[in-house]
This record gives sequence, C-alpha cells and structure tokens, in this order.
Amino acid sequence: MKPNRQIGIAGTVAAAGVALGAAAFGAFLSRRHDGGGDDAPQFARRSNHGDHALVGRTVTIRKPAAELYAFWRDFSNLPQFMENVESIAEQGGARSRATWTIKAPGGTTVELRTEIVGETENERIAWASVEGSDIETRGEVTFTPAPGDRGTRVSLHIEYDAPGGAVGRAIAKAFQREPEVQARHDLKRFKMLMETGEIATSARRKSETRAAKQQENA
Amino acid sequence: MMRALTWQGTHDVRVDSVPDPEIVNPRDAILKVTSTAICGSDLHLYDGVIPGVIPGDILGHEFMGEVVETGKDSTLKKGQRVVVPFTISCGGCFHCKIQQYSACENSNPAEKQDMSATLYGHPMSALFGYSHLTGGYSGGQAEYARVPFSDVGPIVVPDHLDDDQVLFLSDILPTGWMGAENAEIQPDDTVAVWGCGPVGLFAVQSALIMGASKVIAIDHYPHRLELAKQLGAEVINFKTTDVREALMEMSGGIGVDAVIDAVGMESHGFAVDNMLDMVKQKVGMGADRASALKQAILAVRAGGRVSIPGVYGGMTDKFPLGALMEKGLKVNSGQTHVQKYTKPLLDKIEDGTIDTTFLISHRLPLEEAARGYKNFREQQDSWTKVVLKPGTQKEQAA
Repeated sequence: MKPNRQIGIAGTVAAAGVALGAAAFGAFLSRRHDGGGDDAPQFARRSNHGDHALVGRTVTIRKPAAELYAFWRDFSNLPQFMENVESIAEQGGARSRATWTIKAPGGTTVELRTEIVGETENERIAWASVEGSDIETRGEVTFTPAPGDRGTRVSLHIEYDAPGGAVGRAIAKAFQREPEVQARHDLKRFKMLMETGEIATSARRKSETRAAKQQENA
Repeated sequence: MMRALTWQGTHDVRVDSVPDPEIVNPRDAILKVTSTAICGSDLHLYDGVIPGVIPGDILGHEFMGEVVETGKDSTLKKGQRVVVPFTISCGGCFHCKIQQYSACENSNPAEKQDMSATLYGHPMSALFGYSHLTGGYSGGQAEYARVPFSDVGPIVVPDHLDDDQVLFLSDILPTGWMGAENAEIQPDDTVAVWGCGPVGLFAVQSALIMGASKVIAIDHYPHRLELAKQLGAEVINFKTTDVREALMEMSGGIGVDAVIDAVGMESHGFAVDNMLDMVKQKVGMGADRASALKQAILAVRAGGRVSIPGVYGGMTDKFPLGALMEKGLKVNSGQTHVQKYTKPLLDKIEDGTIDTTFLISHRLPLEEAARGYKNFREQQDSWTKVVLKPGTQKEQAA
C-alpha cells in the first residue's frame, strides 16, 4: 500500500476500501472452497478469512455466458455498472494492463493498476493489482451455465488486504461505499444492464439519478 | 412544473407543484394522466403503517393516460391511451419470463433492494407510488408520470372504452381476479371472501365467473355488502353474525372450500388478539393485524385453499399455524402479476363479461385528492372508490 500524498492516510484507507468495493473485483479461485466441511463458497462462511477481506456474490443472468464474458472482458465497459469507477483505461499488452480511476471520498480519486492473471474464454477472468497501484487486490469473475434456460451464474470474488482492517472498512462504510455493499449493488446493476439494457432508477428527472448526483459531488 | 399528490406524513397528503418528469431510461414513456384512483393500499400509506415512505413522495399506483413522450426503446406511440400496471416489471428476467411479474428482479434499483431483502429474505420488485422498499418510484396521482419499461407494462386500450371501464386493469381488477384464481376454484365450490372493498368485490365477481357454486362475502358496511349481493354473492355482516358458525351452516357443515382474505393488515375486528395487535401497531411494535386471515384459516374446510390478496408488510402474532398444518391447507398469496392478466381481462371488459364501473362512487379533480383520501378512509361505506381526474375542474370530474 502506497499512501497517496494528496489525501492523507485516513483518506487513503477509506479510499482503498471504497475502491475495492466500487471496482467489485474477484478473489482467488484456489481459495474459494478451502477449509470447510460443506459445498458453500468460502465467502459464505461465518468465520473470518484471515487478515484479508473477501467479498463474493453470485447472480443468475438470463443471457449466454459468451455474451456476458465478452462484455466484461472489455474493461472499458465496466464503469457502466460499477458506480464508483470513473473510467478504466486499457494499456493492452500480453497481460491486458489497465488503470482504473476510482472515485474516493472528498471528491478525490485513486488509481488501481491491474493485469489479467488468468482467463478461460467464456468462463473466467481473473486479475490482480500490479506495482504502482494505490490498492492491492485480486479479483475474479466466473461464468457458469445455469440449469435449463436460466442463463448464466455469474460469481464475483474480491480479495484485498484491507488497509487499517476494520477501521478502513468503517470509514468506507461511513461514505456509503462499503466494499461488500458496493460489490453487491454493482453486480445487480450488471444483471440489469445485461437483461434489460438499462439500469433501473426511480429518478423522475435525469438530473436526479445517482450517476448525475455523483457527477455533481465529484 | 406540474401538480401532484404528495405524502407528507401520517394523515397528511397535499397537492403540490413539482418538476415535470422526463425520459430517464431508453425504455421509458411519459404519460399525461387522465384518470387515477385511490387504492385501499394507499390508505396504509396514509395511516403511516408502511415503512420507507419519505415526505414529498408522489403517491398513486392506479393510473392511466395518454402517451406524450417516448424513450428510444419504448414501443408505445404518442397519443396512445394506456393503462399502467402498478407492478413495474422488466419483462426479461427469470421471474418475468415465467409471468411472476411482481417478483421482477430488475425493476427495484440496486441500492434500494437491501431493505426488503433483509425483511423478507429477497428483495421486492418495484411498485409505483409506494414505499422506497419497492423502489421509491413516483406515482400516478399527478398530471404526468414517468413509466419505466413502457414496452412491457402499459396496455393500449381501444377508444370505444372510456377511462372508467378500463382504469381498474391497473391493479384492483387483476388483484381480485388473481385472488380468485389463487383460491383454485372448482365447480360446486363454496368460496368465502373477507372484505367487500374493491378487491374483495372483484374477487367475488371473478370467483363467480370461474364457476364457484356459491360465494359468501363478509364485511360490516351495509352498502358494500349490498354491492356484493348485487354481484351475486350471499353476504354475512360480521358485526351481527358469528362468521364461523354461519359459514359452517351455509356450507352444509363441511366448511367452505376456499377462503380469500381481501382485507389485509389493517383489519377491523373485536377479537382480543386483534386489539393487542392494534395496540402494538400504535406503539410501534408493528405487528400486522390479521383478524380476517386468522378467522379464514379456522373457517376453511380441511384440505381447503387460502388465498391472500390482502396486503401484509411484517409479522403477525398468534397465527393459527396448527390449524394450517393439521387441516392440510394450501396457501397462495402475493402481489399481483398484473401484466399476466391485463390482456385477458381487457377482453372480458370488451365482451361485457366484466363491468367495473359500478364501483366508482366519487370522481374528483386532482386538486381535491386530499379530501378524497380523508373521506375514502373515514366513510368507507359510501366512498367505495375515488377516481381522480387530473386536468379537470370540479364540474367536469363529476
């Protein structure tokens, strides 16, 4: 973790928590099913996951895996449903390096630099932060066919070294951007976008949508 | 700016000037509202027993009007007259595809799903003009309304049918119909309906259309019982008659085959448990009063069906679970899958099988909406249904 000089330690701690949730990353497939006596994913366990935080969630989306995979694999699409991700710039290269610009409290931003660390076409995309990133994280999204014509089960896992642990998450939570909540909402928005072509809002005017309000606050 | 009925607090609703709605998402349409009704479930909001209502919220989930603007992915055309289902449904998710529209997974905004997910285990779908638990969408008791997923919900109505004939396709007619359908009526059945409000009356009408040999309607308002009688029901006044005893006798000592609770969470009644529930509701312990449902479960025959179109939001005390299990009852419930029923019911209105206009007791301009709420609540016998007519003056509305 590199402190960001401009926003100070507390800000960085909060921002990192924020960023992780906002970006809604994945976690380690290899660790997902470790250490339990049942078939539930690790993120559903009651016990702690050690000194790192783990966030995970599954939704079923009524679309073929290939379509969902293709959308996700183009990282520049992700800000459409990841509310706190301002933009993702792809640098390309063999490991598809990308820089995520993530909104943080106080109108600041932090940068997450990632590369793809594993992928199987139409099934799985895994990424991890690289040297120079403001945040250390690993993420993974998997696409598994659901039974019958129910579409695809999309699981998102994030593992990150929570800076400041509980304190960092508490600060992030105060800003309504607690990673787990944010990841869950982002995944729901992904489902909405894929199934309906839009993201549900009860705003009566364009200026009243959450996206518009965030723009205003930034 | 437009005029709209806003919720300000318990027993405090006002017509205010608010900014016009606009197209926000591609599948939206904007309606100029021509008719909008006050629903019995609006009274739950009026009475302050539904959580998640915020001062300034525009109420109203029974409305229809003229399409004045369409988003690029709307299939509606300007000038069309449409009735809007109160349930907001995307049409593309698992639940919509199996016609469980009121369980739509995508209409309630992501950030608003947590409250109901905590309460019920799963998030609710969105409804117009109700709580923020159900999305916080502005309702139709206004001059204009934004209608999301306008390619799925609204049904275009032919010009030869006037508003009064089709408005109730938005909620209470399909809700009464689904209430009867959920009673799984067989020929020769005797069916009892608690509550002769709009939904109860439409459930009576629907049950008879579905072939019930006898429908017994239960209420205490003489005028409402009279309406039920006119539809073809036998009636029981629970204030003067022992309901369970009467139902046993009227069903030949067997018990009724199916029961429909069209009352819901604010039921009246003299039972001790109901009084306790009422006190708890007042002091914020929030137990749903469910005297009608409890009575219905005791009255239905063994192996019978219990249908619950009446609205409940929370918990209830002293629920006769033993009777439910020991008698082997089947329970069907839920918010109405309105989109599933609009077309078949429109057909029944067109061919004259169903008439809904008998229900309307009052037509008011939107500006008088607050008076409509007050009287609908306080004079339930004579104010059976209030229809608001935005854009009209008093004389025209009547």
